Amino acid sequence: MPTPNAFTLQQMIFRLKEYWGERGCIIQEPFDVEVGAGTMCPETFLRVLGPKPYRTAYVQPSRRPADGRYGDNPNRLYKHMQLQVILKPTPADVIEQYMGSLEAIGIDLRKHDVKLEEDNWESPTLGAWGVGWQVMLDGQEITQFTYFQQCGGIDLDLIPAEITYGLERITAFLQDVDSVYDITWTPGVKYKDVRYTDELQYSVYNFEAAHVPTLWKLFEIHEGEARRLIDLYAESKEKERYPLLAAYDHVLKCSNLFNTLDARGAISVTERVGVIGRVRKLAVGVAEAWVDQQAVAA
Amino acid sequence: MNLLLEIGCEEIPDWMLSGALEYLRKAIGDLTKDVRQDGSIRTDATPRRLVVRAEGLIARQPDSEERVWGPAKSAPAPAVAGFAKKQGVTPEQLEVLSDGKAEKYSYVRKIAGRATADILAEALPQLILKTPFPKTMLWPGKGGARFIRPIRWVVALLDNKVVPFEIADVKSGNESAGHRRLGKYRFPVTYENFEEKLRENFVILSAEERRKRITGYATKFKQDGDLLEVLVNLTEWPTPITGNFDPSFLDLPGEVLTTVMKVHQKNFSVEAGDGKLAPRFVAITNTDGDPDGLIQHGNENVVRARFNDARFFWNADQKRKLADRVQDLANVTFQAKLGSYLAKTERIVALVRELGGGPPVRTPAPRPADSTHAERAALLCKTDLTTELVKEFTELQGVIGGLYAKAQGEPEEVATAIYDHYKPVSMEDSIPRTHAGQLVAIADKLDSLRGCFSVGIIPSGSKDPFALRRAAQGIVKIIVDGKLRLPIRHLLGSDAALTEFFFDRVRYYFREIRGFKYDEINAVLAAGSDDLIDIEERLTALQQVRPTADFEPLAAAFKRVSNILRQAEWSTKASPNSNLLEPGPEAGLHANFVAISAKVRESADYKSKLESIATLRPAVDLFFDKVMVNVDNPEVRHNRLALLHSVLTEFSTIADFSEIVTTSQENK
Repeated sequence: MPTPNAFTLQQMIFRLKEYWGERGCIIQEPFDVEVGAGTMCPETFLRVLGPKPYRTAYVQPSRRPADGRYGDNPNRLYKHMQLQVILKPTPADVIEQYMGSLEAIGIDLRKHDVKLEEDNWESPTLGAWGVGWQVMLDGQEITQFTYFQQCGGIDLDLIPAEITYGLERITAFLQDVDSVYDITWTPGVKYKDVRYTDELQYSVYNFEAAHVPTLWKLFEIHEGEARRLIDLYAESKEKERYPLLAAYDHVLKCSNLFNTLDARGAISVTERVGVIGRVRKLAVGVAEAWVDQQAVAA
Repeated sequence: MNLLLEIGCEEIPDWMLSGALEYLRKAIGDLTKDVRQDGSIRTDATPRRLVVRAEGLIARQPDSEERVWGPAKSAPAPAVAGFAKKQGVTPEQLEVLSDGKAEKYSYVRKIAGRATADILAEALPQLILKTPFPKTMLWPGKGGARFIRPIRWVVALLDNKVVPFEIADVKSGNESAGHRRLGKYRFPVTYENFEEKLRENFVILSAEERRKRITGYATKFKQDGDLLEVLVNLTEWPTPITGNFDPSFLDLPGEVLTTVMKVHQKNFSVEAGDGKLAPRFVAITNTDGDPDGLIQHGNENVVRARFNDARFFWNADQKRKLADRVQDLANVTFQAKLGSYLAKTERIVALVRELGGGPPVRTPAPRPADSTHAERAALLCKTDLTTELVKEFTELQGVIGGLYAKAQGEPEEVATAIYDHYKPVSMEDSIPRTHAGQLVAIADKLDSLRGCFSVGIIPSGSKDPFALRRAAQGIVKIIVDGKLRLPIRHLLGSDAALTEFFFDRVRYYFREIRGFKYDEINAVLAAGSDDLIDIEERLTALQQVRPTADFEPLAAAFKRVSNILRQAEWSTKASPNSNLLEPGPEAGLHANFVAISAKVRESADYKSKLESIATLRPAVDLFFDKVMVNVDNPEVRHNRLALLHSVLTEFSTIADFSEIVTTSQENK
């Protein structure tokens, strides 16, 4: 039962951006440091902190080295795209707004089955957690919906709703194709044409070719720089112009290097917990300094 | 008057509804106890609403009176006037009465009963927010409210008049909400038309009715009570549909297919006539039908993708045999302080060896073939944790290992032992089918217990992240149901906390699962056995002998003996000197003791031993009737204590009868 008029991947993205743009969201472009999820971008991780209302939506390519399958698996990707929406504070009709976004991308909800099933979220590396649901459309998980409660170990002043659409999943569903590689990106161009090479080459890199000692060295360099910046913030005289955002970039680098080392099988049992703790410490350090900096600026 | 309370909420996790309703029924019952005559309280829930309906309410609390006491009769006039003024009356209206100690001024104050509507309006916000949920959230921000998910509307009607209050900016009113897609967004309701209005808006309030809509479906699916309850609590308008999948997937193990359908997709599986799976499933939608087949098609796509994944993983996993994966376990953490699953595997293998061969194990000796298979199974039992299929379907750990072992040519016994080694997962579950499986299962659980206790992970209250209670309970069940003779104290090691924890589970098992009385269990455990099969035999014998006429009086007499010895601080084991025995009851007790001891030793089973012991009763009774233990002559006194001590120790080896709570004691 193919859907002849289903949107292409890029039409979907346009629609969703337009929809959320009309509802007061700043439409951001993807963040330019590699992340494992849209949540890790400063637009979410840092903006949800503090008392300032904020609304944003952006597509974020998200890298998960261990999930790579050399382009062989129809549903699993090293790098997939999330459309991330942050509504802070959460409007009372947030779920109705979300349902409206599904209608906006061509899903006639009267003809489908939607369920919100409990799914809570926690990220030990970010010191963050929230409660929420996975949204199931005809048995397919298409969205993660989370009410953040804590980020960087800090209780949030205003509870944001985070809506994360799995773009490949939704598009494959709407276009009624079995493999993400068969998704029509734009007429005449399949997902495979655009992304297959990435999947293959990064799988080779992450599982076979990455030079472990070099990755460790890079990890330590980025950790050192992040640590240095976080530590110096306390004594800084000019807090408002202090480069915490740059410090956070280095934290994200550490996180991605950790994931790559992990995929490469280079992190032993005993090291693992310790390394997660090191990244978490940096993330918490930036979050605490950021809250302070925002208060100073206000 | 009647009360309608509907807490409209974003989707509440299905498994939390019943607990919330239980609380609300009780809390509303307590709150209205003064203003409710004999009416009922009903509670209902759907994922988006918690509803309480109460009948038989009265408009206000009855007025009440309270006597207040003032100054003493002798008090100066200004003090009396002051008291009267405080009560809003003149001193002449006061009475002088005795409060039981002294004469005092006093006054009966009338307290006007409060209006029911006021009581409700004041108490409901806090009452609602105190609903206990396992994990709550804050919204819309600091200083806001906590609940399981945000509350979006509240209906609160007392005789159809709004009971006004507010929770986190939501004002109570008379407007309910319909099904998210099929019903109206908001609409007014009354107590009388509430269910009907909900139904018009595609919400079936009654869980029982939703259940019937599912179970009454034309396609017969495999019954699954747990899944049914999940779906009843996940839908407001449940409508079943049938989906199909390619029969070629039936080549995959049924366990995998069922897990995909049940756990991942919340679908019921369908059986063909021969008890095998049919290439069909039943999905429960939360809508009123699927006229275009879109929902069916979508569900079929997801199931197909999941089955394809499973097939992909199955094939990929066969490239490395389980036997080649043992070393990979070094990279899988069991617990930070306890190291990897490789370390755990090594400990399990050693334990299985100890259970299966070494000297501590008593009869019947395990069959040699079994212990070889058990050791092999122990070595491989955790290797499936490194497979793609288990990473995807973690709930199938063990099961997948068993299936792979079989596919890879391991002996059937090894495969079965791996397959079963997480059993029993509950007290209702069966134990591993084979002796080898039982040994591996015990070794795995015992290792978790010993390891976790050694690094301070000790269950407390609801905190038990490694499910150690279940592990200990599982070991008890395997040993008893499997009739294994294991020296359990020796196996638990020297950790006193672990031994206590474990024997708590032993008590729990024999009491709750097997129905023995707590004092019987205390009596048998106090006698010091640590072989659970032996304990079971003793308990059974004790339970059988207990109702006989002589038993409880004898137990009472033993308690008396025990007390006498304790008071005399007598713990010396010494044979009584027969020359010092006074002819009559004392010599009689001794003669009986000697004869019955011999008989007990000759008896083959605990029941006849206990029956023999019970025949001691007349001699003991007569002794206590006629003989004084604490006489002045120390020689005679000591000899009597020695006699009692011999009786007590000789006959307390099966069970310590002084632990038995006799009927007369209970009536005290």
